[in-house]
Amino acid sequence: MAKPKLKAHLINPEWCKGCGICVHFCPKNVLELSDSDKVLPARPTDCICCKLCELRCPDLAIEIETEQDEQ
Amino acid sequence: MKKENIKFIQGNEACVEGALYAGLDFFAGYPITPSTEIAELLSHRLPQKGGKFIQMEDEIASMGAIIGASLTGSKVMTATSGPGFSLMQEALGYAIMTEIPCVIVNVQRGGPSTGIPTHVSQGDVNQARWGTHGDHAIVTITASNHQDVFETTVHAFNISETYRTPVILLYDEVVGHMRERLVIPNKGELPLVERLRTSVKEGVDYHPYLPREDGRLPMSDFGSVHRYNVTGLFHDMWGFPSDNPKIVHGLLRHLVDKIQNNVNQIARYKEFYLKDAEIILISYGSSARSANHVVFSRRPRGEKLGHLELQTLWPFPYDLVREKCAKATYVVVVEMNMGQIMEEVRKAVDQPEKVFLANRIDGVFITPTDIRNILRLIQGKGV
Amino acid sequence: MAIKDYIRERFFPHIWCPGCGHGTVMNSLLRALDSLGMSKNEIVMVSGIGCSSRISGYVDFHTLHTIHGRALAFATGVKLSLPELNLIVPMGDGDALAIGGNHFIHAARRNIDLTAIVMNNRIYGMTGGQYSPLSGYGTLATTAPYTNIDQSFDTVKLATAAGATFVARSTTYHVQQLAKILKQAILHEGFSVVEVLTQCPTYFGRKNREGNAVDMMESYNKNTTPIGSKAKKENPDLIERGIFIQKEMPEYCSEYDKIIEKAMAKYSNS
Repeated sequence: MAKPKLKAHLINPEWCKGCGICVHFCPKNVLELSDSDKVLPARPTDCICCKLCELRCPDLAIEIETEQDEQ
Repeated sequence: MKKENIKFIQGNEACVEGALYAGLDFFAGYPITPSTEIAELLSHRLPQKGGKFIQMEDEIASMGAIIGASLTGSKVMTATSGPGFSLMQEALGYAIMTEIPCVIVNVQRGGPSTGIPTHVSQGDVNQARWGTHGDHAIVTITASNHQDVFETTVHAFNISETYRTPVILLYDEVVGHMRERLVIPNKGELPLVERLRTSVKEGVDYHPYLPREDGRLPMSDFGSVHRYNVTGLFHDMWGFPSDNPKIVHGLLRHLVDKIQNNVNQIARYKEFYLKDAEIILISYGSSARSANHVVFSRRPRGEKLGHLELQTLWPFPYDLVREKCAKATYVVVVEMNMGQIMEEVRKAVDQPEKVFLANRIDGVFITPTDIRNILRLIQGKGV
Repeated sequence: MAIKDYIRERFFPHIWCPGCGHGTVMNSLLRALDSLGMSKNEIVMVSGIGCSSRISGYVDFHTLHTIHGRALAFATGVKLSLPELNLIVPMGDGDALAIGGNHFIHAARRNIDLTAIVMNNRIYGMTGGQYSPLSGYGTLATTAPYTNIDQSFDTVKLATAAGATFVARSTTYHVQQLAKILKQAILHEGFSVVEVLTQCPTYFGRKNREGNAVDMMESYNKNTTPIGSKAKKENPDLIERGIFIQKEMPEYCSEYDKIIEKAMAKYSNS
């Protein structure tokens, strides 16, 4: 299976509650919390599309869109 | 009339026959004297027609199960007595709040608490009205003989479906256990009300709690094309929880008004010799049998007695009672409790001081002699 | 994402606290359902009362938010009257095992095809942090200010003894395992119990100095282990994760269908 290629980090700031779970558990340290406590992809190019942030988010506020998802 | 239509059975069995006639297809219950026969008979009869019976672990679970089953489109019932009825109150309130049709039979026995399981009383009248917490309305129906048990059971299912409400059938141990003749009507003789289902098509928004112009709320079965939420919290027309004051006020008013505004349509009663009666007996359930005997045996001797037999206890028909008792000198309520319906009659009539109580509360069935003695005392004639 | 198809978007963001594990359980559950490809019209979710039970308002199925502890009784009525439906019953630890304990035991005993998800955060969150039967000896709560003297018990052992035919446990850290277990639990024809260790950072976490959501999830990783692992043998205090029981036994509704056949045959012969 081809390695997933990141297209975008889709983040819904209205649903994000800034709990920090995705930030802490990202294996590549891609995410950070902004000054208003909302997640943002600080280093998006480091993302390996493991989607653990998406799977763990209690608020369904983050989604990893890959090239493969489109197909 | 076919021979098979004539039965000599217990009142509990007459209730079962009425329920099956009305289209009962799901029963969940728990054994308790003096209602157990209803469960036993239905465990036998329901699967014969493809219906479902389950004995749950307690009365609380029984109510839960019948409410769940009702949501899939079944006509449902449970049966119990005092202690079980007490357990059912929370779930009863849930069915009221969520407007889910169901029928609950309480075959009353001596209370409070364990009381006297095998003896009669009519002590649960007020509990049927106010047993569950919060402002609410409820329909409670009773009967004094097996033919009426059958018909009021059918009526209970009809009311339940028409108004999307639980209905309590408040019978008692004497009617439940005594044996009497019942003639089962042919199919089609008694009108049946089927569940009103929504005509909203798939893909169009369906609001489970938005009344139509005529006030009725069409339902949609769980499992069909409309997915919605049902909750015991105050809710909006979607069924989603809300604490918005406008919504809370509107829903509570709706729950109460839909019953209270239809007292006359829901009310059932029988009257005997009321037109010129100087003394009117008001009774219900098995007490009415004795009250009837007093009236029918005394009338030929010139005593102007009359009898108003109530079959709908709640919503209480205050206007009806006031109208019927206007010209009477005495109104005597006959019941086997400490005056639960007497209090309502007092509220109804223009002269509460003319309302008296002829009762018995020792577990022994109130007899015509008991009533006659009390009538003599009331009239100042001694025993 | 595909799972957005399964939610009632107009009610989001949901009421759960930042970092509440229940949100993660919902996330995993919806992925499990998505992978099963069932029609939404076939799914009924019946919940009780408590933070966990609020899940039913947020998902796009037939949802029944009942009274405290009684979800399994309502679900039994739904399932028995229409066995083709798929019943999912999320409950909290107090809802399922305190006030609902009796119904839990009997639903398991009947082996009726329901999927019970016990979202165990060891606290009564909705009412502000009182102890639950699963809080455990020595913990703190608003009704155990001098520490809790109630022993807890093992949900898995209770479910097993009562007769459940699919019993599993996972945590909100182990989301991939959780989704897989939930999928198998739903597919299983019989009474399935999945206990999920889920964090309540707001009450249990704060009162018991367990840190924030992230810290609590890290401890789920540290303090749990796969069933029968070497680590468990070395440290019996570790909590096992995985599928403990998975067996085929007669399911209640199909047994009742046989009763109907029997009754109809007898009736038509008489």
